[in-house]
Amino acid sequence: MSGRRNYEGVAENSDILHRDMLQRMWLIRSFEERVIDLCHRKQLAGLVHVGIGQEGVAVGVATAMGDDDYLYGTHRSHGHFLARGADPNGLMAELAGKDTGCCRGRGGSMHIVEVGRRLMSATGIVGGTIPLALGTALVAREEGNVVAVYFGDGASNTGSFHECLNMASLWKLPVVLVCENNGYAEFTPMSAHTVVSHVSVHGQPYDMASQIVDGNDTLAVLEAARNAVVRARDGGGPTIVECLTYRLRGHYVGDPESYRKADEVDEWRGKDPIRRFTSVLRDRGAVTARDVRRMEESARARVEDAVRFMQESPWPSSASVADFVYA
Amino acid sequence: MAEIRYIDGLRQAIEREMERDTSVIVLGEDVAVGGPFGVTAGLVERFGDRRVINTPISEDSIMGMATGAAIAGRRPIIEIMFIDFVTLAMSQLVNHAAKLRYMSGGQLSVPLVIRLQQGAVGGWGAQHSQSLEAWFQHVPGLKMVAPSNASDALGLLRAAIRDNDPVLFLEHRGLYFRKDEIPDPGTVPSLSTAKIMTPGNDLTIVTYSKMVWEAVAAAAELAQRGISAEIIDLRSLSPLDMDTLVRSVQRTHHALVVHEAVVHGGLGAEISARIQETAFDWLDAPVYRLGAPFAPVPASPVLEDAFVPNAKLIVRCAEQMIGP
Repeated sequence: MSGRRNYEGVAENSDILHRDMLQRMWLIRSFEERVIDLCHRKQLAGLVHVGIGQEGVAVGVATAMGDDDYLYGTHRSHGHFLARGADPNGLMAELAGKDTGCCRGRGGSMHIVEVGRRLMSATGIVGGTIPLALGTALVAREEGNVVAVYFGDGASNTGSFHECLNMASLWKLPVVLVCENNGYAEFTPMSAHTVVSHVSVHGQPYDMASQIVDGNDTLAVLEAARNAVVRARDGGGPTIVECLTYRLRGHYVGDPESYRKADEVDEWRGKDPIRRFTSVLRDRGAVTARDVRRMEESARARVEDAVRFMQESPWPSSASVADFVYA
Repeated sequence: MAEIRYIDGLRQAIEREMERDTSVIVLGEDVAVGGPFGVTAGLVERFGDRRVINTPISEDSIMGMATGAAIAGRRPIIEIMFIDFVTLAMSQLVNHAAKLRYMSGGQLSVPLVIRLQQGAVGGWGAQHSQSLEAWFQHVPGLKMVAPSNASDALGLLRAAIRDNDPVLFLEHRGLYFRKDEIPDPGTVPSLSTAKIMTPGNDLTIVTYSKMVWEAVAAAAELAQRGISAEIIDLRSLSPLDMDTLVRSVQRTHHALVVHEAVVHGGLGAEISARIQETAFDWLDAPVYRLGAPFAPVPASPVLEDAFVPNAKLIVRCAEQMIGP
């Protein structure tokens, strides 16, 4: 395997590609809205983080990657995985803890893995997948592949983030460091937890390329991610792609959100990446209002299939609680 | 029969497995120049800097990187120069390396060896001498071995490299330059079986790593006093080879656990609990534990001697257990 590209035969900025991207954004949105609903109905349990409002980042980055490239997520990774073709059935069943879940119910929302699609791991440890991504990059560089890893603004204050910037740059590893800067580390705004104005500023002292991009502009994310992927694949080393975005829902499902004002959320609702990307495509004549309605309907139908699959799936047997601890 | 040093056993194990399997890689601080003790000397010249990766002092990320390479198909061996520094890598070790197989429902495999050097020797003080094995035996998903001799250093390290789970490999600094015969250098032993070092009838001494040799000295002394001690070298600390332990205790009716680590909450507590759960009816005395006092490792040579258990203490404890 080496550097196999996504979308074989599809032109780089064709309508067909962009329509597919919008369709995937709708899939993520519908999936996560339904997840919230199921949590409220107590049909899903656990600690669940949704990324509603951040779909442009997930889809932009996934579209820039090749099929054989590797991806690492965060604690908020349903969208990262779905954008890259994860099976919604296995994901929904995993969130419910069913035996048919992608991780046989052992992982849950924060620990999803779908290794067949090189979705290597999400994590409950903030910044925790960055070192994992560097290690996988030691393998990827021999294969001509690239590793993308997501992290948030909060992770930029962990020690290993800085350890990893140093090593990734020192060894010119094929890594794309995608910062989803949604302005909050859990409940604390960035201005109160970080002295620098932007996470990408950290690239400079580590002699690393970095770029700031409007994370709610899906095509801008795509272009920035493509540049970073190409640089990594060509031996140019790592890039920080800082995507400025916002989570329209709480830190976790059930978060009372006492730390931010409704005005601020409303303002960002106006910058909804799905709405923005839709109007770009409509203005260009790439989609009609009817196309968009169909996309939403088909996404919601796909999610209902996943919900049905999850509901009809068996629980893991209690006797299997210690399976998969060792090889 | 060839005789080699413990440290050479470690190096030979790494060399042989790197020759045999190109997926084996080495990462760690100073590994390109052999590290402080020379275990990895010559490897980078032989296998290149893509397979022998000299890292900055970034333990947490080294542990995470090795894990990320392992789940993508490599068999990394990492060197944490002193076990005391693994404290900096605990999140990656405990939250990822140990759990990724489980959390992924078996999709991911973490064939990773973590070489850790430990032991209270030479007055190196509280942050370069600790024995921390008790922490790791509490973590599901990790395996742990502690060789007491050069032959096991060679064999168990080869077995650990071939194993498909993360293995903590505890090396005792005080054994590095000890020489032992290598009865069968081509054999790769099982990773999880204990070994009866000295057979005996009156008392089972359960121990591992450097304390094995204190127990051997104690057994010689006890023999002169008419007490026949059986010494079990655990070799594997997780999982524990309880079958071998229980069979021995059923014959000797007495068990004494000896380790260099602090007694309180140590591995001896687990071993003792499991012996009494499975072999209570065979015991003629409570299971006793010998280890370090509840204190950090001191620097002064006098205090360090007072800290580390020795043959004399083992003899005294054994005599008390067996009675006149």
